[in-house]
Amino acid sequence: MGAYILKRLVSAVPVLLGITVIVFLIMAMIPGDPATAILGSYATPENVEKLNRDLGLDAPLVQRYFIWLGNVIVGDFGRSYSLNRPVLDEILERFSATLILAGVSFVLCAVLGILAGVVSAARQYGLADKAITFAVLIGISVPSFFLGMMMILLFAVNLRWLPVSGMYAIYGGGDLPDLLRHLIMPASALSVVATGVVARLSRSAMLEVLRQDYIRTARAKGVPERRVIMGHALRAAMVSIIPVLGIQAGFVLSGAVYIEMVFQWPGIGRMLVDAILKRDILLVQGGVVFVAACYVLFNIMVDVAQSLLDPRIKT
Amino acid sequence: MTRFLALLVRNRLAAAGGIILFCVLVLTLITPFLPLQDPDVTATANRFLRPFSPGHLLGTDHLGRDLLSRLLWGTRLSLAVGIAAAVLAAVIGSAIGITAGYFGGRTDNIIMRLVDMLMAFPYILLALAIVAALGPGLMNALIAVAAVNIPFFARNIRGITVGLAGQEFVDAARLGGLGHTRIILTELLPNVIPVIVIAMSTTVGWMILETAGLSFLGLGSQPPQADLGSMLGEARSALITSPHTSVIPGLMIFIIVMSINLLGDGVRDALDPRLRSGALSRPRAATLVERQGEIPAASDDLLAIQELETQFHVGQRTYRAVNQVSLSVRPGECLGVIGESGSGKSVTALSVMGLVASPPGVITGGAVRFRGDDLVGMPYEQLRQKRGDRVAYIFQDPLSTLHPLYRTGDQLAEAIRSHHRIDKAQARARAIDLFKAVRIPNAESRIDNYPHEMSGGMRQRVGIAMALANEPDVIIADEPTTALDVTVQAQILTLLDELRRERGLAIIFITHDFGVVGQLCDRVAVMYAGRIIEEGPTGAVLAAPAHPYTKRLIACVPELGEGRRKLAAIPGLPPAVDRLPAGCAFAERCDKAQEACRTGDISLSGTAPRTVRCLFPEEAMP
Amino acid sequence: MTALKVDNLSKTFPLGRPFFGKAHPGVRAVRPISFSVRTGETLGIVGESGCGKSTFARMLVGLLSPSTGTIEIEGRALDNADPAAFGRLIQYVFQDPISSLNPRKTIRQIMEVPLKRLHGLGKAERHVRIREIFSQVNLREEFLDRYPHEFSGGQAQRIGIARALAAAPRIMVLDEPVSALDVSVQAQVLNLLAELKQQYELTYLFISHDLAVVEAVSERVIVLYFGSVVEIGDAETIFNAPKHPYTRLLAQSAPIVGRPLTAPEQKDNELPDPLNPPAGCAFAGRCLRASDLCRHQEPQLSSMENGQFAACHHPIED
Repeated sequence: MGAYILKRLVSAVPVLLGITVIVFLIMAMIPGDPATAILGSYATPENVEKLNRDLGLDAPLVQRYFIWLGNVIVGDFGRSYSLNRPVLDEILERFSATLILAGVSFVLCAVLGILAGVVSAARQYGLADKAITFAVLIGISVPSFFLGMMMILLFAVNLRWLPVSGMYAIYGGGDLPDLLRHLIMPASALSVVATGVVARLSRSAMLEVLRQDYIRTARAKGVPERRVIMGHALRAAMVSIIPVLGIQAGFVLSGAVYIEMVFQWPGIGRMLVDAILKRDILLVQGGVVFVAACYVLFNIMVDVAQSLLDPRIKT
Repeated sequence: MTRFLALLVRNRLAAAGGIILFCVLVLTLITPFLPLQDPDVTATANRFLRPFSPGHLLGTDHLGRDLLSRLLWGTRLSLAVGIAAAVLAAVIGSAIGITAGYFGGRTDNIIMRLVDMLMAFPYILLALAIVAALGPGLMNALIAVAAVNIPFFARNIRGITVGLAGQEFVDAARLGGLGHTRIILTELLPNVIPVIVIAMSTTVGWMILETAGLSFLGLGSQPPQADLGSMLGEARSALITSPHTSVIPGLMIFIIVMSINLLGDGVRDALDPRLRSGALSRPRAATLVERQGEIPAASDDLLAIQELETQFHVGQRTYRAVNQVSLSVRPGECLGVIGESGSGKSVTALSVMGLVASPPGVITGGAVRFRGDDLVGMPYEQLRQKRGDRVAYIFQDPLSTLHPLYRTGDQLAEAIRSHHRIDKAQARARAIDLFKAVRIPNAESRIDNYPHEMSGGMRQRVGIAMALANEPDVIIADEPTTALDVTVQAQILTLLDELRRERGLAIIFITHDFGVVGQLCDRVAVMYAGRIIEEGPTGAVLAAPAHPYTKRLIACVPELGEGRRKLAAIPGLPPAVDRLPAGCAFAERCDKAQEACRTGDISLSGTAPRTVRCLFPEEAMP
Repeated sequence: MTALKVDNLSKTFPLGRPFFGKAHPGVRAVRPISFSVRTGETLGIVGESGCGKSTFARMLVGLLSPSTGTIEIEGRALDNADPAAFGRLIQYVFQDPISSLNPRKTIRQIMEVPLKRLHGLGKAERHVRIREIFSQVNLREEFLDRYPHEFSGGQAQRIGIARALAAAPRIMVLDEPVSALDVSVQAQVLNLLAELKQQYELTYLFISHDLAVVEAVSERVIVLYFGSVVEIGDAETIFNAPKHPYTRLLAQSAPIVGRPLTAPEQKDNELPDPLNPPAGCAFAGRCLRASDLCRHQEPQLSSMENGQFAACHHPIED
C-alpha cells in the first residue's frame, strides 16, 4: 500500500509540472504588458521598462518559466501588485475559506447523492424513485448562483432565519455556531448540482450492478435483501461511484467561485475573479496553480481509496 | 429514425421538454421580427419598474431598459453560445478520442496524458485562466467553455472506441482490405455517433449554465450586450429591492436547461440499446408471481416442480420460456435436464428459488414444492431462509458469479452466517473445512484469495463449496462446467459425483452436453422450446431415445474416436418462444411430422419414469 | 503442393517497464512454431484456454505481427503485416459470429467490402458475386438488406463464412467457428465448410477446443499447450495413440456416454503462470511422468512412430 501511494505521488510530479506549463503559457498569451496594467496608462515609458526589468519580464519565455517555477517550488509565488502582499499569504488565507465551503458541500453531495441513488435504484419505478429522479432533474438544471440568490431572498430577507452573506458576523460572532449559520446557505446551494450528478450516477451504477450474476449468487445463498443492496451491490457500485466523486470534487471547487460571489464568501474564487478583472497576473497564476495542485493531490487520495476498495487494481 | 422518434415521443417527460425547448427556440428565432423595444436603450427615469407596468410587460432593469426585450435577446445569445460551445467541444473532443482509441499505443498514450493534464484542473480554473488570457468577452467565454469540455468528450469517446476497436468486426474489415481512415469513418463512426449524441444532449444544458456563469461573473458578455448570465449578474446588487430583475433571467436559464435535460434523457433512453430492451431494470429480490388457475396439490417428493409456467413479459410480447414443466427428484438422485440454448432449462432451474430476474420474468402458473411446501407462493422471508440452506445453486461462470470485491472465504462464510448464528472464527474454520472438502489445495491460505486470484477450476470449486455450506438437501447446478476447459471439467464432475454419493445429495443438473449427462445423471429430462419432451432413466433415453428430436440431437453430437466423418445436423431452428406454433414445437423440423402433430396439445405418454411427448415416437412406451 | 508454410513463428508480448527494477522479458504467448500444410488439407489446432491458439491464428492472417519467423503461402513469403495483402490469400472466420459483423451495417454492405477493396469489382459484378456466394452458403438473398442482430448464431456464422469466401482466399483460418453454436446447428456449419472446401479447393486451419469436432473434420492435428506445440500427428492416430501425456489427458477428459466418471490422472490442475513461466517442460507440474529432466530442460519436438511428433522426454509407449 505504501509503495502504491509513493508510486502515485511520483507519477503526479509530471502532471504538476504540466499544470505549471499550461498555466504559464496561457498567462504568457495575455496581450499588452503587465507593467502598464500596474502603473496605469499614464506611466512614462522609462518607468514601464524599469518595472518590466524588475519583474524579470524582459527575459525569454523559457527562462522566465524556470525562474518562476524555481520560486514556486520554494513557496515564493511572488507579490500581488493589487493587494500589495505576498501571493502565497493571500492564497492560503482565501483557500482555507474555500476549503471549508467546498469541503462541507462535497461531504453533503457525496452522502446525500449516494443515499438518494441507492434508494432510487432499490425502489426503481416506485414513488421514491420518481420523486428523487424529478428532484435530481431540477437540481442539475438550476444555476447554483441563481439558486443562491433565491435562497437569500427567501431565508435571509423574507424569513430572516439566516444571515445574508459573509463568513462571520461583523459584530460578535467568529465562533463555530456563527460560522455554521453563515455556511448553511452557500454550502447547500453549492452542493445541489453535485448531489444531483452523484445521485444519478449512483442510481445507474446500482442498477447496473444489481443485474450482475454475483448478485443472483448472493440471493441464491439466502443473503437478506437489505444486505444484498447495502453490502454486495453498493460495494460493487462504489467502484464506479468513487471516480465520479473525484470529478465532482472539481465541480464543487469550481462552483464555489459563483457561490463565493453571491454570498460574499472570502474565498479563493472571488479572489481569482477580482485578480482577472484587475489583471493581477501573478495572483491569478499562483492561485490557479495552487488550487490545481491541491486537486491533483485530492485525486491521488481518491485513487488510493479506490485501490483499497478494489483488489483487482494492482498496488 | 422513425422508431427513435416514436420512442422519444412515448417518453412523456422528454416530449414535454422537447415542446418547451421548441417554443423557446422559435421565440428566439423570431425575436428580431417582434415589435420589441430596443434592449439597450436606457431610461433611468423608468428604472426598476415592476412587471405588468404599462409598456413594459416584465418591467425594467436598473437602467430602465425593457426586461422582456432584454430577456428574449439574452436567451437568443445564451442558447447560441451554449450550443456552439457544445458542438465545438463534441467535434474536437470526439475526433481526438476516436484517434487515440483506434490507434492505441504511443499515439493514445501521448494524447491521453495531455487530456489527463487538462482534467487535472478543476474546470473553472482552466476557463478562468483562458478568459484571463484572452480578456473578458462572450466569444472568449465560449472558447473557454468549449476548451474545458473537450477533455471530457475525448476521454468518453476514447473509451467507447477502444472497446469497439477490439471487436472482431473491425478485424474483419481490416482483412477485407479497408485502410485506417475507412475503418474509422465507416466501421467505427456509425457506432460511436449515438454515444456522441447522448454525450452532447446531456452536456448542452451544462454548457449553457457554464457560459451563463462566466457572464454572471462579469467575464462573459460585456455591456451593453447581455446574455442571461450577465443580466443576472447585473441584477444581483438589486436583489433585495427589485427581485424580479433577478428572478426573470434566472427562471429562463432554469427553464431552458431543464427542458434540454429532459429531452437529453429521452434521447439517451431512446438511443441506448440496453434501455430499449428494458434490460436496465433492477431484478427484484424474488421472481414476480402472478399465478392463474389451480395450484397443484402437494406431493411427497423431496423437490417437485409441478406444471410450472414462467414467462418473460417484454413490452407487448410474452415469451413462454417454461411451459407446463413438471419434474421431481428424490434424495440422493441426480436428475439431468438437457436442452439447447433457449429451451428453457436454465429458467426452469432459476424458477425453483424465485431467482428469475423480474422484470421481465413472471411465474404464471404451477408450483414448486420442497417437502410439500410451495416455494412459489411463499412469503419472501421464508423463501430466503430456504435459499442456500435447503436448496443451493451452482452457476455457470464462476468468474461472474462470485463477488469480485470480497475474499472467497468471506463469501463462503457469509453463506453460512446468513442461516446460522456463528461467530467469525467458527465461520472461518468451517470455510476452511469446506475448501478442503472440495479439494482446494492450501485451503488455509487460499481462503483469503479474491476470485480474480484463482483459476477457473478453483473458482468453480469455491462455487461448489458455497453450495455445500449449509448441507442442503438439493443442489441445482446450472451448466457448472460449460465455462471450463475439458481437463478441468472432468475434475469438477468427478468431485460433484463423489460429493453427492458421500452426502446423499439430490442434484438437478442443467446441461447441453449428452456426454456429461451420460456420466453423471441417473435420470434425464429433455427440453425443447420450453417444454419437457422426453424423460426417463439416462441409460434408456440415451440408448433408445423415443422423441425424434432427442434421437436426432444425440446423432449430432460428435464423439471422440470415430474418425473423420460427416456429422448429422437438424435443419432449421427452434421456434421463438413468443410465437409458438400449435401442436408440437418440433414438427417443423421433424421428418416424421404428420398433420396431427400441428394441431392441439400433445401430452406426455408412457408411464413414469419413462415418458415422451410425441404422437409417433421412435420407441414404444411402456 | 504446400499451401502454407510457417517457420519459427512466435509472438512475445512486451510488458510495460515496471517502476522499479529491470524490464520484464515479456509474455511468450506463442513459442516458435514450424509446420506446413498441404493444399486441400484441414489442419486441426487444439488447445485449452490460454494455449496461444488465438494469438497464433491472428498472426497467420496478419492481424498481429509476429515477433520472429516467416509465413509462406503457396511458395510466396508474406513479410509485411498488411492485412489487405494477406486478405486475398488467407481469410479468417471468427468465433463469435455476431460480434464479427458490424451492428450498424447491412449484410450487403458487409459483403461488399472484400469484393470492392480486395478485388476492385464494380457494382454490377459485386451484385452477381454476392448472389453466387449466398446461394452457396444456403442463405436467402432477402437477408442482404437486414442487420446482423436479426440473425441467429448459425445464420450469422454462415454470413461470416460468406464474407470470408468473398475474398476468394486460398486458405481459411477457422477460429472456433462452431463453439458458440448449439450442437444441432453446429453440424450445419461444419458440413457447409466441408462442401465449400471441396468446391473451392480450400485449405483449412481449424482451431477448436473440442477434440471430437476436430477429429471429425481434420486430417492432421496440432496440440498446443502453453504456447508450444506438444504434439503433431494424423487425426486418426493422435487421440487413439497419443505420445504426449497432455494429449492423452485431453483425450481422456472429454465426457463420453458410457465411460464411467473418473478424473484422469494428474497432480495439479493449475496452469503455469505466463508471467513466470517454469523452466523446462510447461506441463511438468501437472504430469505424473515428469522427472527432473523435465523440470530443467525444455523438450523439443521429435519424431515418433506413425509420423507423429511429440515434445516430451518420456513419451507414452504402448
